[in-house]
Amino acid sequence: MSQCCASELNQEAKDKIYEIIAAHKDKPGLLIPILHEVQEFYGYLPFEVQKLIAEELNIPLADIYGVVTFYSRFSLTPVGKYKVGVCMGTACYVKGSDKVLEEFKKQLGLEVGETSEDGMFSLEATRCIGACGLAPVITVNEDVYGKLFAEDVKDIVEKYK
Amino acid sequence: MEFYRSHVLVCGGTGCTSSGANKIVKVFEEELLKHGLNKEVQVVKTGCFGLCALGPIIIVYPEGSFYSLVQLEDVPEIVEEHLLKGRIVKRLLYAETIAEDNTIRSLNEVDFYKKQLRIVLRNCGVIDPENIDEYIALDGYKALGKVLTEMTREEVIDEIKRSGLRGRGGGGFPTGLKWQFTYNSQGDQKYVACNADEGDPGAFMDRSVLEGDPHALIEAMAIGGYAVGANKGFVYVRAEYPIAVKRLEIAIDQAREYGLLGENIFETGFDFDIEIRLGAGAFVCGEETALITSIEGNRGEPRPRPPFPAVKGLFGKPTVLNNVETYASIPQIILNGADWFASIGTEKSKGTKVFAVGGKINNTGLVEVPMGTTLREVIYEIGGGIPDGKKFKAAQTGGPSGGCIPNELIDTPIDFDSLTAIGSMMGSGGLIVMDEDNCMVDIAKFFLEFTVEESCGKCPPCRIGTKRMLEILDRITEGKGEAKDIQKLESLAETIKSAALCGLGQTAPNPVLSTLRYFRHEYEAHVNEKRCPAGTCKSLLQIVIDEVGCRGCTLCTKHCPVNAISGERKQMHIIDQEKCIKCGVCIDKCPFKAIVKR
Repeated sequence: MSQCCASELNQEAKDKIYEIIAAHKDKPGLLIPILHEVQEFYGYLPFEVQKLIAEELNIPLADIYGVVTFYSRFSLTPVGKYKVGVCMGTACYVKGSDKVLEEFKKQLGLEVGETSEDGMFSLEATRCIGACGLAPVITVNEDVYGKLFAEDVKDIVEKYK
Repeated sequence: MEFYRSHVLVCGGTGCTSSGANKIVKVFEEELLKHGLNKEVQVVKTGCFGLCALGPIIIVYPEGSFYSLVQLEDVPEIVEEHLLKGRIVKRLLYAETIAEDNTIRSLNEVDFYKKQLRIVLRNCGVIDPENIDEYIALDGYKALGKVLTEMTREEVIDEIKRSGLRGRGGGGFPTGLKWQFTYNSQGDQKYVACNADEGDPGAFMDRSVLEGDPHALIEAMAIGGYAVGANKGFVYVRAEYPIAVKRLEIAIDQAREYGLLGENIFETGFDFDIEIRLGAGAFVCGEETALITSIEGNRGEPRPRPPFPAVKGLFGKPTVLNNVETYASIPQIILNGADWFASIGTEKSKGTKVFAVGGKINNTGLVEVPMGTTLREVIYEIGGGIPDGKKFKAAQTGGPSGGCIPNELIDTPIDFDSLTAIGSMMGSGGLIVMDEDNCMVDIAKFFLEFTVEESCGKCPPCRIGTKRMLEILDRITEGKGEAKDIQKLESLAETIKSAALCGLGQTAPNPVLSTLRYFRHEYEAHVNEKRCPAGTCKSLLQIVIDEVGCRGCTLCTKHCPVNAISGERKQMHIIDQEKCIKCGVCIDKCPFKAIVKR
C-alpha cells in the first residue's frame, strides 16, 4: 500500500466518519454502504480512512483493502473536481465513443484513470450509463452530454476550465 | 382531489433527463403559472416512454399529442398555443402520429408501438412513479392483497409455475421452481432478493422499470416473500443509476407509510420490508452467488453451486433471487391468471420480453414484445431500420455473454431456446444493432476487453484464459495475426466455457465463438490478407484521397486534427500516412466523397 504516508485525518473528518459508521453499525454486511458514504463525504478512500474504518468495525484492514480495490467505484486516490466519464457501453462503442475518448485524452492531456495535476479533471472510461438513445454519451459529474462527435469535446472541456 | 382538464406527461427516464427533461418540467410549471393555468393543467414526470431516440418527449392528454425532441424554447409555445388556445403545435409532433387526414393517431397505431405488448412496462410513461396513489389507481397492490387474503402460499407458487415465467436476467430458469425450492428449504429466516445490478453494456430495461414503476417491484417482492416464507427483502442496485435508486427509495417509504410494507400487511399478520443495497461497479456481481457475497459486505466473488441460494443464500439462509423484469411480471400474473400469461409467447418461453434496442438503429429505445417476435420485426418494424441507408450486419444480444446474429438469421423468433440454438442468448435484454461499418473482430475484442477487466480473478480459466484470448485478438486486429491464431482462439474458448467457475467466465467466449461462426471470413481477412473489411481496425487501414474526386476545396485540411493533409487550393490534396491518425474526420467532411478508407 503506497498510501502509508498519507496525511493524518483532521478531527472533524474523523468525527464525521465515526458518525457514518455509527449509523450503520451492528447490521450485517454494512461495510460497502459505509464505504459508499465515507467516499461521498471524503472524496476517496485513502489508507488512513480505511484504517479508521477497520478499527471501528473491528475488521482486518486487509479485508477492507480487499473490498475497496475490488470495486471500481471506490478510489484510493483523489479524483478531480470535474470527473469526465466517457461511456464505453456497447451502444456508445458501436457509434464511435472510442474516438470521443481519444479526443478527451488529447484535450485533457490525461490517460484513463488519471487526474490532472491541478486537481480539476479526472478521466474515466465508464460502464454503460444506460442513456443508449443518446449514444455516444459522456458525463461530467452530474451533467450528461449526448450524440457527440470528437469535434464537440473541445467546447465541453472549455466550459469547465 | 384536484381536477385537471389537461395533463402534460414529461418523460423522466434517464435518456430524457440527460437531455434536459427536468428543466423542461420547471419551465412548464413557470409558464403555466404565468398564464394562470396551474390549477387546470397538471405536469407529471413519468418513467420512460421507450422512444429514447426522440427525447425529450412530452405527451399532452386528453388529445394525446406526442411532442418529440422538445427544447426548452418550445415550452412557452406549447403552453400558449396548445394549453391556452387549444391549437396543437404541429411542428413538434412526432411525424408518425399525424394521420393522413391531419388528425392525431393513437400511439397504438404508430409503428414503434403497434407490435409491442406492454406488460412489464405498462405503467412506464403513464404514471408518476413518485406517487403511490397513481400506482394504486391502476390496480397496484391489488395482487398483493389477493395473495394475502385469498391464496395459500402453495397456490401462489403453483400459479407462477403454471404461468411458465422464466428468469429475465438471462438464465431463463423457471421462476416458480425457484420459489418452490426456497419454500421447501428449512430455515428460521429466509430472504427475497432482487438483482437490479444491470451490468450488461447497452441494457437499461431494469433501470427503466425502477424509474418508471418502482412499486411493481416492491409489490412482487412482497408476494415472493409471502410465497417462500421470507419477511425481509434486499434490492441490489447499481450505484450508477441514481434516478432509479432515488425513486425506489421514495416508493419504499410511501409503501411503508401506507402499511404495504412493514408489519401486519393488510392485517393478515404478514410482515415484510425491503432494504436497498448499492453495487459498487463490479459486473460480476450480477452473478447470483457474487451478488449475495457482495450484499454480505465482501468482495463480490462467485462461489461454486450447489448449494444454490434457494438452500444457502444470503447470510447462509435460503434466498430467492430474481431480476427486476421477472418481478415486474408477477403482479400481472396474479391478477390476470397463469393461463392468460401462458397464452402469450411461444411454447417454452412465455410472456413478453423487454429489449433495450441501441446502436445503429433509427428508433433507439425500450421495446416490449411477446416472446417469439422475430428479430426482423424488432429491428425493421419497431426499430425503423438502419440509419443513413447503411446495410444491417448483425444484432448482438446477451451482452458480453451473448453473441452476434447475422442477417441470414434475422427471422429467428426471439425466445430463450432459439437464441441459444444459434450461439447467442436472450441475456437480460440488450440488443445492439451493427451495420456494415462495424468490424466483427473488433466487436469480439471489445467484449473480451470488458470481461478481462471484469473477471474477478478467482478461477484461472477466466482470469488467464480470457486474457490470452484478448492478446490474440489484439494481434489479429493489429495485422500481426498468425495462421494458427483462429484455432487457438477456438480451443481456448472451449476450455474456458467448460472450466470456468461462474456464468461470467463460462459465457465470456461467446462473443468470439459466435462471430467466428458467422463472420469467419472477417477473421481470415485480418489474418491472411492483413485487411479489415469493415475499415474499422486502424492498423490495417489507410485513408486516401481519390485523385478524380478531389476538387481542392481545402475543407479536409481545416478539419484534420493532426495537420496531416496538404495541398494548394483547387489542387489535389494528399494525406501524409505517417501523420494520419485515421480518425476519419476528413471522410465525414469531404463534400465530394473523395476521401476513402483502403
